Amino acid sequence: MDKPEYNYAIVRSFVTWSILWGLVAVLVGVIVSFQMISPDLNFPPYLTFGRLRPIHTNAGLYGWGVGSIFAMFLFIVQRLCKTGLWSDKLAKFQLWMFNATIIASAVTLLLGYTTSKEYHEMEWPIDIMVVVLWVAFSINIIMTIVKRREEQMYISLWYMLAAIVGVAILYLVNSAAVPVSLFKSYSAYAGTNDANVHWWFGHNAVAMALTAPPLAMFYYFLPKSTGVPIYSHRLSIIAFWSLIFMYLWTGAHHLLWTPVPDWIQTLAMAFSVMLIAPSWGSVFNGYLSMNGQWHQMRENYLVKFLIVGITFYGLQTLQGPMQAIRTFSAFIHYTDWVPAHIHMGTMGWVSMIAFAGVYYLVPRIYGRELYSIPLANLHFWLILIGQLTWSISLWIAGVLQAGMWNAMNADGSLTYTFMETMVEMYPYWWARGFGGIIYLVGVVVFIYNLIKTAKGGQPAETETAIAEGRA
Amino acid sequence: MWEKKPILLLLLATGAIMVGTIVTMILPFAWVNTDHDKIETVTPYNALEQEGRDIYIREGCNNCHSQTVRPLVAEVLRYGEYSKSGEFVYDRPFLWGSKRTGPDLARLGGKYPDEWHYKHMESPRSMVPKTNMPDYDWLSKNIVDPGMILRKMDVLGFPYTNEEIKALAGKTEMDAIVAYMQKLGTGIPWREATATVIVGDLKNPYAGTDHMTMEDWEQIYTDNCAACHGEHMEGEIGPELVGSVYEEAELFEIIYSGIPDGGMPGFSSLGNDKVWKLVNFLKYYQQGEDQH
Repeated sequence: MDKPEYNYAIVRSFVTWSILWGLVAVLVGVIVSFQMISPDLNFPPYLTFGRLRPIHTNAGLYGWGVGSIFAMFLFIVQRLCKTGLWSDKLAKFQLWMFNATIIASAVTLLLGYTTSKEYHEMEWPIDIMVVVLWVAFSINIIMTIVKRREEQMYISLWYMLAAIVGVAILYLVNSAAVPVSLFKSYSAYAGTNDANVHWWFGHNAVAMALTAPPLAMFYYFLPKSTGVPIYSHRLSIIAFWSLIFMYLWTGAHHLLWTPVPDWIQTLAMAFSVMLIAPSWGSVFNGYLSMNGQWHQMRENYLVKFLIVGITFYGLQTLQGPMQAIRTFSAFIHYTDWVPAHIHMGTMGWVSMIAFAGVYYLVPRIYGRELYSIPLANLHFWLILIGQLTWSISLWIAGVLQAGMWNAMNADGSLTYTFMETMVEMYPYWWARGFGGIIYLVGVVVFIYNLIKTAKGGQPAETETAIAEGRA
Repeated sequence: MWEKKPILLLLLATGAIMVGTIVTMILPFAWVNTDHDKIETVTPYNALEQEGRDIYIREGCNNCHSQTVRPLVAEVLRYGEYSKSGEFVYDRPFLWGSKRTGPDLARLGGKYPDEWHYKHMESPRSMVPKTNMPDYDWLSKNIVDPGMILRKMDVLGFPYTNEEIKALAGKTEMDAIVAYMQKLGTGIPWREATATVIVGDLKNPYAGTDHMTMEDWEQIYTDNCAACHGEHMEGEIGPELVGSVYEEAELFEIIYSGIPDGGMPGFSSLGNDKVWKLVNFLKYYQQGEDQH
């Protein structure tokens, strides 16, 4: 069998760009966290919290999240299919389109061109760019799989295919709008319908962009890093089908107690609780794969990132369903608890897995061993401590604020005015900002390590093996 | 078998995704925004209000303010009547939000006089010292574009008159956003419906309280009244309160229920006790001050 020609150059490019956008996301995140503490840090009209916050979320979700997913998928699909990409030119186009879309998004959001829909703020011309981008990516992945030289499709490829079709459906439906001008459009849906469609999108964007792809990475990188296969292929199959079936029912748990019909809310609540099963199916598949390998948590920094990452996935998918229950939602929704939940998922679960993926790719895309493993360990501890500081301070803040919002006097009147509850948040917002800075330092250490590697690390021991397509 | 056939797997995955999608996303269109949840009194936004709404969107106000009141006791007490589906039929996009860094705004319309909003938008901290809301004074410098607003009204299919469009000339973005805020939640006559009726005799439980004790009550005044009536009751947006002509019981009723048409919000959420303390503070504190 002739050796496949793997395209690692495109993987390297996506790694570089996604990390750059990730740095922007974290940096803007730190800035907006301090804008919440001091209104004097707002510089209208462009640099206000209201305009910068969507840049933080979209740079994180699309620039870093989807960018790193592109990098990993383009790598994994070649290896699992034992063939090069279907089209290198299309992949190159995808890279240009990706960066053009991210830059256009950042600029238009700064200028105030926004649909206001969370995680889908970009106006209609950028929606079209996203669709072109996604089609280019999908065709390349699907065609590479079709012409693969390995009969079986490993579970990671399933998650990729589901993510490809899932994101396409969600994005198209939620983009529907009537344009007024190049930079302004009105949603095709009104009021309660718009809310329901949007959170069907919003929650399942989490499923199809921030759950299925990291799982695809996890199922690939964990056995590659430990050197032992995944515990149960059957469990991964059951978890896959139940996950993609159940997720789509749960969007309305973002809309509990709103005017959305009760039966939709109840279905969303029930399916959210049921989702614990497939989520934990993957978590336990990961843990059981570590049987006899737990010593690698000490010895192998890749395993540390992956196992702590999947642990945060387990915590996230327990806390999420809890918040999807009406009584608990009534208490904590709209408070600072909610961003703490989201950041455990993004900073803990998704980013941990993506960082592990990048470290795994390093010798393959740079042809050099990682410059410093101690720095990788430092990176691990900084982002872990940063994220925990971030989330724990806001969980406490959320419970405190919820308690104050609901506190009532004996005569049935409210104990606190809104402002009395808000001023209590300041110390926790300081702690959160501090956690963000620790995380930012962690990311800088990560980038420094990569630059040193690319500029002159030891040639990879696995280099020959890589060239021969064995590693 | 599907682990060997990518296109089949793709189709099966699509099928799995579509079941929940059809039931919870597509089917609801048969329930929502139909005759069933229609409310007669809810009207579309006028040209200035719609422009204000678009400015609210442009500035990302929804990142900190929600616009749905949930049917929960503390929430209805704090904000007003809970939100109904039929109130949002003209909202494209919806602006319910997901975080309350600031308070919910679904029932803001009519709560304060226009003047309150202008002053508050210009410098929130001048009225609420510890707020983290940034200043939006610069909106007063931007003039709205009537031609663009006309196009927006046409796309939305909202009714308007030529006079209405003409009247937009020279209006600022500040005028627009204040008009929008005054429209919020006024589609149903909820204030009238939920106005508190005070029954029984109103007897001042703090009659004859000494000046020293009342000093502690100044905080209630500062937190709730000073923004409109001045730090020392000298009056500003609201009238001067020194030497109030009202009887104790009258004053209680005004603070408790507000003056709906006079721009005075009701403060029943403070509870009887605090309202009585305010009554005493307003009527007698200044006198005590003079004697000192």
